[in-house]
Amino acid sequence: MADTLTLNPRALPAEEDAPPALKVRGYWASVGFRLRHDPVTVFFGCVVLAIVLAAVFAPLLAPFDPYKESVIGRLKPFGWKNHLLGTDELGRDLLSRILYGGRVSLMMGVVPVLIAMVVGGTLGIVGGFGGRKLNTAIMRTMDVFYAFPSVLLAVAISGAMGGGTINGMIALSMVFTPAMCRVAETATAQVKNLDFVEAARATGAGTFTIMRHHILGNVLGPVFIYASSLVSVGILLASGLSFLGLGVKPPVADWGLMLSTLRQSIYVNPLICALPGAAIFITSISFNLVSDGIRSAMDVRM
Amino acid sequence: MINLIFRRILYAIPIAFGVSVVCFSLVYLAPGDPLQTILPSDASAETIALVKAAYGFDQPLPIQFLRWLGRVVTGDFGQSVATRRPVILEVTGALSNTITLVMFAVPLAFSIGYSIGVAAGCFPGQWIDRALTGTAVMGVSLPNYWFGIVLVIAFAVEMMVLPATGMGLNGSAGFSIFRWEDARFLVLPVITLSMVPIGIISRTTRAAVAEVFNQEFVITLRAKGLSEMAIVRHVLKNSLPQVLAVMGLQFGYLMGGSILVETVFTWPGSGFLLSKAIINRDVPVLQGTILMLSMVFVATNLLVDLLQAQIDPRIRRA
Repeated sequence: MADTLTLNPRALPAEEDAPPALKVRGYWASVGFRLRHDPVTVFFGCVVLAIVLAAVFAPLLAPFDPYKESVIGRLKPFGWKNHLLGTDELGRDLLSRILYGGRVSLMMGVVPVLIAMVVGGTLGIVGGFGGRKLNTAIMRTMDVFYAFPSVLLAVAISGAMGGGTINGMIALSMVFTPAMCRVAETATAQVKNLDFVEAARATGAGTFTIMRHHILGNVLGPVFIYASSLVSVGILLASGLSFLGLGVKPPVADWGLMLSTLRQSIYVNPLICALPGAAIFITSISFNLVSDGIRSAMDVRM
Repeated sequence: MINLIFRRILYAIPIAFGVSVVCFSLVYLAPGDPLQTILPSDASAETIALVKAAYGFDQPLPIQFLRWLGRVVTGDFGQSVATRRPVILEVTGALSNTITLVMFAVPLAFSIGYSIGVAAGCFPGQWIDRALTGTAVMGVSLPNYWFGIVLVIAFAVEMMVLPATGMGLNGSAGFSIFRWEDARFLVLPVITLSMVPIGIISRTTRAAVAEVFNQEFVITLRAKGLSEMAIVRHVLKNSLPQVLAVMGLQFGYLMGGSILVETVFTWPGSGFLLSKAIINRDVPVLQGTILMLSMVFVATNLLVDLLQAQIDPRIRRA
C-alpha cells in the first residue's frame, strides 16, 4: 500500500500528519536523505573529517615540535611530561608526529586515486566510445597492468624508480588507473547505445559534445564511487610503501615510516610502537565505511 | 571445452608477453644507467663502451628485449648484484618459502571467509549480517604489516608463547612443517596473511549469495515447497562462480602481496627477497622476482577462468 502511495503522491489526501517520507524528491535530495539517515556513515564521515582537519591544521594542533629530539626522553609511556601519547625512539613527541604524519599519508593515499580517476576515467570513456581498434588497444594495455598483484606492481615501480614520495605516488597512480579505466569503460559501453545518445547524434552533436554532455554525467557516478572505495586501499598501500622504506625519507613524519622505525623498539615499549599503525587502521576503516555508505545511498551497482 | 581452453590460453599469451615487457622496462625506470652499479665511477669512455658491448647494452632496445626474453625463457635471469648467485636459484628458493606460507593461509582464509560470507548473505539486514559484515570491513581495512606487529607484541613479547620472526634454528633449508619447533614459526605469519583475504572473500560471498537469493528461481523453489536447507544449497551453487573468481584473485594477491607480511616476520620468501633487492638496488633480482610472481598470477587467473567455465555452463557457451 505504501508503495503505491509513494508512486502517486497527488492521490494522497492532504493530511497534516502525512509522513515526510512520502514527499517526492530529486535524485540528489534522496541520496542526501539516505545518507543523513545512515548513522554509521554519518559517524565515520565525521571521523574522516576530523582526521583530514587534524592533518591540515597539524601545525596549530601539535603540542610539540615533531622534529625536536631528546636523548633522555626516548620511548616514554603515555602522559610522560605532557607528552599525551609518549615519545618515539628519538624522544620526539608521538602525538605531534602522528598529527603531522597524517599529512603525508593522506596525500600519498588520496592524490594517486585522483590522478587515476582523471587518467583512467578519460581512457575508459575514450576506449568505450571510440572504435573497436582504439578500445582493444586501450583495454588490452590495461589488462597487462591488471596481471600484476597490486602490492607487487606498486613496489616494483616505486622500487625500480628509487623510492621517494613522488615516485610512490606515480607508482600508485599506475596501480589504480587500469581498474578505474575498466569501470569507466563498462559504464560508457552501457550508456552509449541508449536512445538519448542516438537522439543527440541525430540533432547534429559531435562526438566530443556527446562525450562531455551525455556520457560523462552517466560515467561519473560509478567512477566516483569506485574512487572513494580506492582511497582506503591507497592509504594502506602508501603507508605500506613507506613501511618498506620506499616512501618519504626520515626524519619526515609518516605513519608507515614511523611504524617501521618504531618496530625495532617493541621490546621496550610495545604500546607506543603500535600507535602509528592504529592511525592507519582507523583512517582506512573510516574511509571504507563512508565509501560503502555513499555507494548504497547512490544505489549504484558495480 | 577443449576449444575454450585453447582460446583462453591464446588470450593469456599476449598478457604474459606484456607482463614481460613491463618487467624488462623496470631496469630503465631506475635513475641513471643500468651499468652504474657495475662500473667504477672513474671508468674511461673506452671501458664503458667495452662493458656495454659485453652486456649487449649497445644494441637497440627491441633487440635487447628479445635477447633478454630468450634467456629468461631458458631460465637464465642473470646474476644477483648483491650475492653473485644466479637469480633463478635465489627466486625459486624464496618462492618455495612463500608457497609454504600461502599453502596454510589459503585454506584458512578461504574457509573462514566463505563461511562468514554465507552466514551473512543468508540473513541480509539482520543482526548476524551486520555483525559479520562489520568484521569483514575490518579485515579489508587492516594494514596487515601493522597487524603482524600487534600479533608479535601480544604473542611473542608479552605472552612469549610463539616466536617473533624468522624460520627457526635450521633456517630455510632444514625447515620442516611436520616439526612443531619449526612449524610454530608459521603461526603468526599465516594468521596475519589471511586477515585481508578473509575480509575480501566474505564481502564478495555475502554480496553474491544475497544477490542470488533475490532472483526469481528462489521463489519458484520456495513455491515448490523445498526445505530452507535445499534452497540454500541451490543458492550457494549459483553464487559459486563469482566467489571462485575472487578466491583466484586472492590466491594471486597472497603470492605477490606477501611482501609486507614477510618483511614484518623476516620470512625468507619472495617478498622478503624483493624488499632486500630494493634496499640493495639489485635490479636483476627485482626483475626476476617480479616476473616470476606475476607469471604465477597470470597462470592462476587462467586456471580460475577455466575452472569457472567448468562449473558454470553459462560461461562456457558465452
